[in-house]
Amino acid sequence: MPAVTETIETVQQATESGYKWGFETDIEMEFAPKGLNEDIVRFISAKKNEPAWLLEWRLRAFAAWKTMEEPRWAAVKYPPIDYQDSYYYAAPKQKVGPKSLDEVDPELLKTYAKLGIPLREQEILAGVEGAGSVPAEGRMPIAVDAVFDSVSVATSYKERLGKEGIIFCAISEAVQTHPELVRKYLGTVVPQGDNFFAALNSAVFTDGSFVYIPKGVRCPMELSTYFRINAKSTGQFERTLIIADEGSHVSYLEGCTAPMRDENQLHAAVVELVALDDATIKYSTVQNWYPGDAEGKGGIYNFVTKRGACRGARSKISWTQVETGSAITWKYPSCILQGEDSVGEFYSVAITNNYQQADTGTKMFHIGPRTRSTIVSKGISAGHGQNTYRGLVRIGAKAHGARNFTQCDSLLIGDLCGAHTVPYIENRCVSAKVEHEATTSRIAEDQLFYCRQRGLTQEEAVGLIVNGFCREVLKELPMEFAVEAQKLLQISLEGSVG
Amino acid sequence: MLKIEGLTAEVDGKAILKGIDLEVPKGEVHAIMGPNGSGKSTLSYVLSGREGYEVTGGSATFNGHDILAMEPEERAAAGLFLAFQYPVELPGVGNATFLRTALNAQRKARGEAELDAMQFLKLARERMKALSMSDDMLKRGVNVGFSGGEKKRNEILQMALLKPSIAILDETDSGLDIDALRIVADGVNAMRGPDFSALVITHYQRLLDYIVPDRVHVLMAGRIVKSGGPELAKELEAQGYGAVQAAA
Ligand SMILES: Nc1ncnc2c1ncn2[C@@H]1O[C@H](COP(=O)(O)OP(=O)(O)OP(=O)(O)O)[C@@H](O)[C@H]1O
Ligand SMILES: [Mg+2]
Repeated sequence: MPAVTETIETVQQATESGYKWGFETDIEMEFAPKGLNEDIVRFISAKKNEPAWLLEWRLRAFAAWKTMEEPRWAAVKYPPIDYQDSYYYAAPKQKVGPKSLDEVDPELLKTYAKLGIPLREQEILAGVEGAGSVPAEGRMPIAVDAVFDSVSVATSYKERLGKEGIIFCAISEAVQTHPELVRKYLGTVVPQGDNFFAALNSAVFTDGSFVYIPKGVRCPMELSTYFRINAKSTGQFERTLIIADEGSHVSYLEGCTAPMRDENQLHAAVVELVALDDATIKYSTVQNWYPGDAEGKGGIYNFVTKRGACRGARSKISWTQVETGSAITWKYPSCILQGEDSVGEFYSVAITNNYQQADTGTKMFHIGPRTRSTIVSKGISAGHGQNTYRGLVRIGAKAHGARNFTQCDSLLIGDLCGAHTVPYIENRCVSAKVEHEATTSRIAEDQLFYCRQRGLTQEEAVGLIVNGFCREVLKELPMEFAVEAQKLLQISLEGSVG
Repeated sequence: MLKIEGLTAEVDGKAILKGIDLEVPKGEVHAIMGPNGSGKSTLSYVLSGREGYEVTGGSATFNGHDILAMEPEERAAAGLFLAFQYPVELPGVGNATFLRTALNAQRKARGEAELDAMQFLKLARERMKALSMSDDMLKRGVNVGFSGGEKKRNEILQMALLKPSIAILDETDSGLDIDALRIVADGVNAMRGPDFSALVITHYQRLLDYIVPDRVHVLMAGRIVKSGGPELAKELEAQGYGAVQAAA
């Protein structure tokens, strides 16, 4: 496979540079004053020129947040977070809502070029427009929404998608242009007071993506959002809302990076998905926030609430995540399977190296009859990394004939790391069937030697074996991302053996 | 040529190789026979650089290079290949991916151009056909769920692709049916030539009917106790190791 060769090359490049996305962009920024109070919430809402109902909505969330306690049940350790010592709004100073890329600050364009994120639209070959169209380079185009600290700086292919009635834009823009849709769905999957971090997000969210796929439309290209934290002492609170109307289909990807800093920065996102009758949403994440250095200094706290509602019959929501970054990951992308015969899937690879900690998994709520869910989790721990799979499968009394299959595999590299599996199963329906399998293994010395005898270096051997271990998950990713993810896996594990 | 002089090695503090002297000139195939536990596999691991196999004295050079000073992957790139007595499983790693990664890693280390997927597939199919192996072996995980004989044939396929200048075959004939034995032997014989030498470790004279060795050595308790021509293998088969030991 070319991916493997590329992996090897990338590692060779990366060996000297470590986290190669860790640079900082020097750009003039506008900040809200440090700290968090009602005025800050009002400031953000005013900055976004929001309607009164949304400000009210934020203030209710803020009131709820003030009464809540930070959750401490996850198997992660970190010092208390001072919520008053952070900026909640940081935006590059530039024209509001640039109409074209020519109006975007060149420093920003350079940043995305350096990150390898295509903001420019490729020419689509004349005469082959439509679902199968392929640009000159032979790759399917990817529409990108680029979020830089607190704001979306550019969204590509908007017009092209608009022709099919697809809305793909920054959520702050959708509030202005499609308030009825935003109002109808916002907070209906993850309510404002759902949990501490979701409440915080609801109060101060600044940007994120909004997607609406109309009835019967199959989105002709991958949609993606690329999140970049750049400013110091700043939290990122993005909010994403994706609605797939009846019979529609969309594949959405998210990626992210941040500069290397000694301080920890908070990223508390909320993602809500709604799938109506016969709709499918495929949501893929390659999470590559700065993980901190080899001694565990710095890195992003990734405290994220992601949930999808399969409201319609035969709807399907599939989460695929490759979690390589962040100092701490706390996330449980979940599915509420309401519609009869609806399907939820969760495919996850989580890597913890050095002092990284991950407590991640999923929740599958089976409500409708014959709902089905599949959970495949691959946890890899190296260095002093701690990796916990935490999952809940709840089958309601009316979920006749529901099925769940869960498989949790852990791979340990070295003997200072840890892997933990915490599966909860609550079944209130006799005709439902729940299966759970779990394994823990190590990369064996004989496997490494076998590879090295054939000419692979130690690092290449680890990369190959880990990619093999994660295969079932990686094959769920869209092609382009799979290659990227394979590279990342190997880079994240650098220095973990030998 | 491979030249081993006074080689001693230990595993877990226990002396296993107690002074091996052996020369395999370029283009020759030598067989090593010896009772269970005499140190045959240990010798193959020491030569290929496996961790935990501590060299305590002596030397081993290949075409003048001190191979004991090299990393295992460097020895591989220098042309040393070991067909494992017990080939290792790599779950989830496709056989084709593995073979191509290995081949390209070696080509790269030698400064040769890497093969793209199409070129590799063409080459692999060609070699597999010669070994009467079916294409679907390429799609499966490395050695995962392979039968004993399939694993051994897979080792020979790797050898045929990597084209080493010296191959150590550690009991590649064990567990093979008659047809597979012939295929494996043909695979080795096809490589024979002025630039290929081999050390064939075996318990059975039968293999040596197919791969006729230039020399046969008997390894017992960490030492080569006797060397001779192909007839030595027949002698051993008839009389057992006891007679050799008594004479030595
Ligand atoms: N890790 C180890 N710890 C202790 N002893 C070991 C270890 N590995 C090998 N040995 C010992 O070294 C000796 C030589 O083993 P080796 O595998 O080289 O024998 P062999 O000649 O290949 O035997 P066979 O014909 O059964 O394959 C044996 O006595 C074995 O028990
Ligand atoms: Mg042996």
